[in-house]
Amino acid sequence: MSASAPTVVTEIEIPISERGPSPRKVIIGYGFWLFLLSDIIVFSALFAAYAVLSGRTDGGPTGAQLFHRQTVLVETGCLLFSSFACAMMSLAIELRRRAWMVAGALATFVLGAAFLVLELGEFGAMIARGAGPNRSAFLSAFFALVGMHGLHVSIGLAWLVSMVAQVFTLGWRPMVIGRLACFSLFWHALDIVWIGVFTIVYLGAR
Amino acid sequence: MDERELRQAQSGDSETPGESPDWKSGLVKPLMGLAGSIVLTLASFWAAGTPLVWGPGVPVLLAALAIGQMGVHLVFFLHVSSGPEGTNTILALAFGVFVVALVVFGSMVIMANLDAGMASCGMHASPCPQSFGHPPLSAPGAPTGP
Repeated sequence: MSASAPTVVTEIEIPISERGPSPRKVIIGYGFWLFLLSDIIVFSALFAAYAVLSGRTDGGPTGAQLFHRQTVLVETGCLLFSSFACAMMSLAIELRRRAWMVAGALATFVLGAAFLVLELGEFGAMIARGAGPNRSAFLSAFFALVGMHGLHVSIGLAWLVSMVAQVFTLGWRPMVIGRLACFSLFWHALDIVWIGVFTIVYLGAR
Repeated sequence: MDERELRQAQSGDSETPGESPDWKSGLVKPLMGLAGSIVLTLASFWAAGTPLVWGPGVPVLLAALAIGQMGVHLVFFLHVSSGPEGTNTILALAFGVFVVALVVFGSMVIMANLDAGMASCGMHASPCPQSFGHPPLSAPGAPTGP
């Protein structure tokens, strides 16, 4: 078989193990997917710590006394619509529309920042009423788990700003497109972690 | 600009072949993901506060809704598929889920077992700050803490 056969024919006839290297897009996505899974395993350790320690309030305030479900619902909405805006941004990138990409990035950033502001306000109110991370094992585990997620969101926001800057300075290079795809995966994976957080920490509090 | 476009065309990875993106077809998946997530999120918050569901069944319902929403995110936002390019992704995901389950449930079972073995320091007993994490293995009269 000649090496320069048309790609459409080869994809049908040659088994996947003999097709040679995958496209760059697939390889980048897979590599970053492995990173995300290892990151989720880090979160799983914090989830395990929270699950074990959530009853250890040491006579201090319990989760049911501290958490406000309305705030958490708004936070969840922020992250969810931020994820949707990020998907819109990915679509704009596929279509190579810079203005739409910037609009999507702006919406993603504003909603992510709104989430962070709400979360930090919640943390501040808890610390102000004496329910800081040093109060009980439950609160240590809570601040470690939710704080780790918040830290990831902050890093994601910084990454997003840097990606918009790269689109303006470097243009639609394959390198930049790959990084944008990785950012999009990162942002959606954070949403998956947040689903676990609001289910186990906030809704599971009794 | 010409040089960039040339490089992009040569690399051949800007778009997958046979896939011509446009707004309408690209919008379907994110919109479905958004709608599914909104419904499942509201259902979760409703289930956590409703008196209509039998109390002990609420955590199970919440877990089912959370797993469903994670599935929606994986399929519609992270584009995990069972297609030929997705095989490795699915395998890695399965391994990740396995490790996460091992870490979380393993920790819970082991810690519950340790807790049951600690006679003086049960979950509902008064706080015992000095001996936290140390099972009472020492002989009577031995110092229990620094």
